[in-house]
Amino acid sequence: MATDSIGDSLEKRSEGSLRRRSEIALIGCNHVSAPVELRERVAFTPEQALQAASELCRLGIIEEAVVVSTCNRSELYGVAGESGEAVPEALVSYFGEFHKISLTELHGRVYQHVGPPAVRHLYRVVCGLDSMLLGEAEILVQVRDAYNRALGNGSTGPVLNRLFQGALEVGKRVRSETEIGARPMSVAIAGVRLAERIFGNLKDRRALIVGAGAVAEQVVEHLRLRGIGELRVVNRSFSRAQELALRIGGEAVEWSALENALSQPDIVVTSVSGTEPVLTRSMLERAMPVRGGRAICVIDLGVPRNVEPEVEGIYNAYLFDIDHLGEIVEQNKKAREAEIPRADAIVDEHVNKFIAWQASLEGAGLVDALRLRLNAEREALLAAHFNGAKDAQSAQAERQHVEKLTQELIERIVQLPAARLREQRKLRKPVDGLAALRELFGLDSPGDEEKS
Amino acid sequence: MTNWMDIVALALYLVSFAFYVVNLYHGRLWSGRVATILLILGILAHYYALLERSRAIHAIPYDDLYGSMSLFAWLLAVTYLGLETYHRKRAVGSLVVPFVIFWLIVAVAVAPSTVHHEPAANGALFALHITIGVLAYAAFAISFLLSVIYLIQNRVLRGAHPGLAFWKFPALEVLERMSRSSVWVGLVALVVSTSLGFVWEHQLTGRFAIADPKVMVTLLVLAVYAIYLAIVHAPAWRGARAALFCAWSFVIVLFSYTIVNLYFTRFHRFF
Repeated sequence: MATDSIGDSLEKRSEGSLRRRSEIALIGCNHVSAPVELRERVAFTPEQALQAASELCRLGIIEEAVVVSTCNRSELYGVAGESGEAVPEALVSYFGEFHKISLTELHGRVYQHVGPPAVRHLYRVVCGLDSMLLGEAEILVQVRDAYNRALGNGSTGPVLNRLFQGALEVGKRVRSETEIGARPMSVAIAGVRLAERIFGNLKDRRALIVGAGAVAEQVVEHLRLRGIGELRVVNRSFSRAQELALRIGGEAVEWSALENALSQPDIVVTSVSGTEPVLTRSMLERAMPVRGGRAICVIDLGVPRNVEPEVEGIYNAYLFDIDHLGEIVEQNKKAREAEIPRADAIVDEHVNKFIAWQASLEGAGLVDALRLRLNAEREALLAAHFNGAKDAQSAQAERQHVEKLTQELIERIVQLPAARLREQRKLRKPVDGLAALRELFGLDSPGDEEKS
Repeated sequence: MTNWMDIVALALYLVSFAFYVVNLYHGRLWSGRVATILLILGILAHYYALLERSRAIHAIPYDDLYGSMSLFAWLLAVTYLGLETYHRKRAVGSLVVPFVIFWLIVAVAVAPSTVHHEPAANGALFALHITIGVLAYAAFAISFLLSVIYLIQNRVLRGAHPGLAFWKFPALEVLERMSRSSVWVGLVALVVSTSLGFVWEHQLTGRFAIADPKVMVTLLVLAVYAIYLAIVHAPAWRGARAALFCAWSFVIVLFSYTIVNLYFTRFHRFF
């Protein structure tokens, strides 16, 4: 299987290759770069994300891969290896081919970063600094899940492991040290808070959850935190509705009873997949008299939308779809923007930390390569001098002595640069000029050296 | 003649308003508590000013624009304080207290230089009739404000362009409950006030002046607010329509309190 081969290749990856240049490459599109119509088309299901990551590694486009796909972004992260700058173009091509979208359509809609900007992008993403809802906590969980799936699939390696673990660390730190996540605002919370603007305390209220997926469960969690009085779950798959209802202490409702179920709840949350609306204006119009005209808050978190927009025209029906919530995001942004500089400072600190880690690996690789090169020269010299000596016994003793001395000499030569590189690592500074040193000492092709 | 306690009350209301605004935008509990305490102190100072006035004229201060407005402002503050305590919501304070301040400023600005020592009418029954009547108007004024906030909130909510204040004001249903409470206070107060007025008039003249425009408009106000309380739970009316009805109802109250008092009534013309 392709997955196994990728896992094997990653396991076999030598420390030497890791220590060479291993830039992070990223391409993707989000709510800023692309409209919802395009985002819908480039979204990856968890299975597709794993498939894409596997293929990217198998095809040799990148060395390690993680695909992050949420309702507002689809991003491919990888390790560019020696291919370097050409990788993003290859990733964009793959992205288009995978989703059967022409490059013309993707033009201007897809962003790409290589190296530190890519690292910084991911770190800002997990902090919620790049989210529609600034500072939202949900993205941290989504990135963690995407990474864990890729890790389980074997498409990550040492570099992406370090990158994503660092990302999760910075995400948590920003939320604990700044106010950006003090009052977490995800799409789900925004919807629940709007419901609170209508009903006030939700303790005696009833909610109907249409859809038993992850988003629905997040909404349920927020409703429960606010002490919602009653929860009912309706889903196309009744068994999944029962499963969720059991977990949350609610009641499962048959899909066919959806319309009847509308007579009770104060809040309806929809998050189901499908192209056709599951809640229509006529359904709610029929339900309103039965409800005695009580206000109903409909939170449509589906993309494509699950509720007919005409529902908004019904008296005492409040409809909030993903775009409505997007408007609120702008308001939240204003309130939270003051925290961005502090969050960015933490992000930058961690980006530098990652770059220093990468550089230290490269530095260590350079010392290794230099040692290897000197040892090879030493071996060649010793062989030339001692091979074919007449007095083999004394030559052997002398060779051992010279070997010991030259070995010590080599260690003394590499000791200073190794110590200085260690010092640089402690200072978390990127090391400049490593490429020039490689060139100067003829260490450009460690693979060749290893072979020799 | 301006009572210096009016100025103290005004200062306290102003500082209270500032703390209500701080509480609205920052949600700090302490600022809300300080605002309420200052409002209470303002009400006490204002009460003392009204008491001084009453002592000077030997009656409740109703017979001139100053007294009437000052009493209205005081009862507005008292009614709001009652609602705040009952519903445990301070956010509306930042909108109600400015009205208290406005009416008190107007009252102080039009304060006469001399006081009349011979009021048009007297007696405890009459004093209660007037005071409770003004209380009713104050309660209706607050229900008007709450209904207007409701309508604005409702519009903002539907438009999905909420400002920062949107998240701070009470929820629609809380506003509706507060408005309803206020209307109940106003309605009961107006019924009591009107009844006391009839009794007082009967004691004085031996008859009931039903045909007086003020009485007729007051009965209309009672009917309109009774209708509001009836429709507030009706499927077709509950929510924004009821709030709109409540807001428009206040136009009749204003008409009764101003135009009718000044131009139409025969014996409710005090200033």
